[in-house]
Amino acid sequence: MKDKLAFGYPEGLTTGGTHYCPGCTHGIIHRLIAEVIDELGVRERTVGVSPVGCAVLAYNYFSTDYQEASHGRAPAVATGIKRARPDLMVYTYQGDGDLASIGMAEIVHAANRGEKFTVVFVNNAIYGMTGGQMAPTTMPGQVTSTSPRGRELDLAGHPIRMVELISTLHTPAFVARGTVIRPLQAVQTKELLRRAFQYQKEGKCFSMVEILSTCPTNWGMPPAEALNWLEKTMMPYYPLGVFKTPEEGVDRAPLPLCGLQDGGK
Amino acid sequence: MARKLMKGCEAIGEAAIKANCKLFFGYPITPQNEIPEYMSRRLPQVGGTFVQAESEVAASNMLYGAAGAGERVFTSSSSPGISLMQEAVSYMAGSELPVVIVNIMRAGPGLGGILPSQADYFQSTKGGGHGDYRLLVLAPSSVQEAVDLMQDAFDLADHYRNPVMVIADGLIGQMMEPVEFKEDRQPCRSLPSKDWATTGWKGEGRPRAIVNSLFLDPNLLERHNEKLTAKYAEMARNEVRVAEYFTDEDYDLLVVAYGSVARVCLSAIRQLRAEGKRVALVRPISLFPFPTEVIERAANKAGRVLVVELSTGQMLEDVRMAVGKDFPVAFHGRTGGNLVTPDEAREKILAQLAAREASR
Repeated sequence: MKDKLAFGYPEGLTTGGTHYCPGCTHGIIHRLIAEVIDELGVRERTVGVSPVGCAVLAYNYFSTDYQEASHGRAPAVATGIKRARPDLMVYTYQGDGDLASIGMAEIVHAANRGEKFTVVFVNNAIYGMTGGQMAPTTMPGQVTSTSPRGRELDLAGHPIRMVELISTLHTPAFVARGTVIRPLQAVQTKELLRRAFQYQKEGKCFSMVEILSTCPTNWGMPPAEALNWLEKTMMPYYPLGVFKTPEEGVDRAPLPLCGLQDGGK
Repeated sequence: MARKLMKGCEAIGEAAIKANCKLFFGYPITPQNEIPEYMSRRLPQVGGTFVQAESEVAASNMLYGAAGAGERVFTSSSSPGISLMQEAVSYMAGSELPVVIVNIMRAGPGLGGILPSQADYFQSTKGGGHGDYRLLVLAPSSVQEAVDLMQDAFDLADHYRNPVMVIADGLIGQMMEPVEFKEDRQPCRSLPSKDWATTGWKGEGRPRAIVNSLFLDPNLLERHNEKLTAKYAEMARNEVRVAEYFTDEDYDLLVVAYGSVARVCLSAIRQLRAEGKRVALVRPISLFPFPTEVIERAANKAGRVLVVELSTGQMLEDVRMAVGKDFPVAFHGRTGGNLVTPDEAREKILAQLAAREASR
């Protein structure tokens, strides 16, 4: 009987392991992206862009051409790549400090111009790489190394909801939010990613998938507890769903994903 | 091709198109708006792409992406906008990306004014961004020279895998002069294949392309710095460009000036020579690499140097380095957007000739 590989690395990933902390969900998200790239058959014409942040070394983990970007500028770099070579499949992989703080101008304008690339926005409500400082997406009262008394809303404002913000733009786009804290939600998030890349493949529109992610190290929690904290604290404020599609009739109306209402249990 | 009357900014744009540059990313700022306006009109006619970016920060990072994908690309801006681009300039130097950046300099610091200046000399030649890096910096003194240097700039950028900056004061950008675009122009340097560019990896034929300036291992980063330094040394050896006027003859004073100021000085010098005054001019065209040896030789022949700039004395420091600390170097600079007039240059030259006479 011939051996058959039941489960292995997607071709889109390299096999050397990663530097991510135990319990971090970057690894799962990397895998989902790689699987989508493989399944769409576009690996040989895909270019990833990672800016400063925890995914700064992502070029070591994806087996595609890659460009490193400075902090927040991945959407500008991706604009340059895609305008130079529209035949390429281009995606950015950005964290919350990167995309929602220093890179706010770049993401909003890339989306508004309708740049035909895909943004994977990993929101873990904290600056991970620099050691756990407050992010624009940090939750009210959340303790971080720069909000030692918890996020104070009268000083730091409320967390920014990027998917909702981008959805207000009139330019056609695919904008959605998922998470990967349970297997079913990971499968559903993969479907969001597949749609996002498919729209790009068809040259249709800008696409962005926000993925709620854990940071046990900087949240100061064991991984399992971090999953629960995300579910209880972040998910009510950052609802999962599809917020905008380029087709008629879906504009700023979050569509609940099947099975997500109960947290995917 | 016949000579054509063109505004400096538009001629710079056309020169880029003639250099087969199909991509422009930029942001409006006076006094260079005619460049993005021209590119927005012309690029679609030649199958190219123009993007008006949300800021100079974004424009320069779009340059990074497009250059990293292996295409010729340029941007233009003016002093405050160039300041905003310095982040990407440092990254592009670190990642060895060939791009062309035009700075139509205006008076600073801060918001300053919109009139001509040469006060971005330090920023361009000494590294306006962070880290150890150098740009090739070219400074035209006429619209025709701007056209020629622009086309060379793309070849130099590709040859060295390095950003090239063309700096011109607002005068060059705004004035109209006859220009000629040479037919069948050949590249001024060899153009290596861009097998490092992110064009999609087929799993063979070349290593995976990674455009990057991150080296967390100090030894690897030091090796990278050494590689870059060797490249800058090669540029310094091979890319000095300088124009000399009357240095073959006898002279009592050497004037050093670049860009449009050099032309003003040359007018004054020609007139003075007709009157029997012995003055010569050296005009650096490449500001990095700086024509140190030419200036040292020409200055020693005169025994006295006058540097004229639209700044409070920036190139002055490189001239002083070239001639040594005990050499008499005088300076005349105008700022705020004021120009040096031929009469003013004449007066300053005459004063230096008199000082030289008195010191004998």
